[in-house]
Amino acid sequence: MIRARALERRFGEKRVLGGLDLDVAAGGFVAVTGPNGSGKSTLLALLAGLLAPTGGELEIEAERAEVGYLAHEPLVYRELSALENLELYGRLYRVPERRERIGMLLERYGLWDVRHERVSAYSRGMAQRLALCRTLLHGPRLVLLDEPYSALDADGARLLDAELAALAGERTLVVSTHDPERLRPLATGEVALT
Amino acid sequence: MNGYLGDVAALARTSLLLELRSRDTVPAMVLFVVSALVVFRFSLPADASDLAALGLLWIAIVFTAILALTRAFVAEREGRVLDGLVLATGDRSAIWLGKVAGVLAFLVLAELVALPAFALFFAPIGWETVAAVALANVGIAAVGTLLAAMAAASRARELLLPLLFLPLVIPIVVGGVGASVEPDPGRYLAFLGLYDLIFAILAWASFDYVVAE
Repeated sequence: MIRARALERRFGEKRVLGGLDLDVAAGGFVAVTGPNGSGKSTLLALLAGLLAPTGGELEIEAERAEVGYLAHEPLVYRELSALENLELYGRLYRVPERRERIGMLLERYGLWDVRHERVSAYSRGMAQRLALCRTLLHGPRLVLLDEPYSALDADGARLLDAELAALAGERTLVVSTHDPERLRPLATGEVALT
Repeated sequence: MNGYLGDVAALARTSLLLELRSRDTVPAMVLFVVSALVVFRFSLPADASDLAALGLLWIAIVFTAILALTRAFVAEREGRVLDGLVLATGDRSAIWLGKVAGVLAFLVLAELVALPAFALFFAPIGWETVAAVALANVGIAAVGTLLAAMAAASRARELLLPLLFLPLVIPIVVGGVGASVEPDPGRYLAFLGLYDLIFAILAWASFDYVVAE
């Protein structure tokens, strides 16, 4: 699904990611670890197609619409409600039976009761739950999650554990984390950035 | 409505909904254009011709448009929504076209106040000026939205947008003033129509590259 050789990304003179080789088979689950500034977020943005490599090769066997990308920011409009945001994304992604799918995700992530409230009124954890709904809305084949546990409370983290367990093997996952122990039972590989 | 036009409609509706909730842009545009016309009213000598006043109308319209364009991608910049839209839309030009529709609506709303205000302060406006303003709106929205998307990625966006936008709308001012004051407005209106067509196609085709990274 993903093949990278000597993958490099620079921002001006600064090399943020350098010389990375990566192979992820379809259905694989790779945990990306490393300290702050090691290039985890840059790697995921490259895999999502939001950044272009400045060196090396990158091949991804997935269309743009088959990628689900969770960033540090939720990528949703703050002045729209959760429902309005997901309706918009559902339409753009051409999600079949999107009302049902949106309702199911909002229920699962505990946002159903606040679905009409604007995102600007959400806590950071609620916004992260909504971001997970947006990421998974279209049933992506390749799921890229950038520190998905950040800002989640214990219930949210358990929900995400269950979600990742359900997705593992069925979808290809690349997940960056500062807590690799949490992902080890599911992960089929690990990339340690320095 | 499905497909590409459905995406455009959904994105345009989102722009209008956001403005309806925040009421940031249109009230500021209306206030600005009316204030500018008042300033112009007292700046022109008492014996100045109506033709000079029509030139000032176009200055007011272009600078009011900059207000709308400066704010065109503010909601998308917050929380990196533009990245989400770029990933979700099959054809990224739908983002541009949806935003153009929003900007166009804001311009029309501001001009619904500006044109009667101009008639009140200066002189009545003919059909040719109204037609020129309508055609100019399309060009301003098409070019301006592309430039606003480019500027949104820059740290100096508030400086960059006017610097890029003003030189590119000089033909619009030439066509608009010409249509307003010349005895044969037809060729100036045709010129504005041609500008709209060329620049709308260029902006539509190049938007994908602008937001690619």
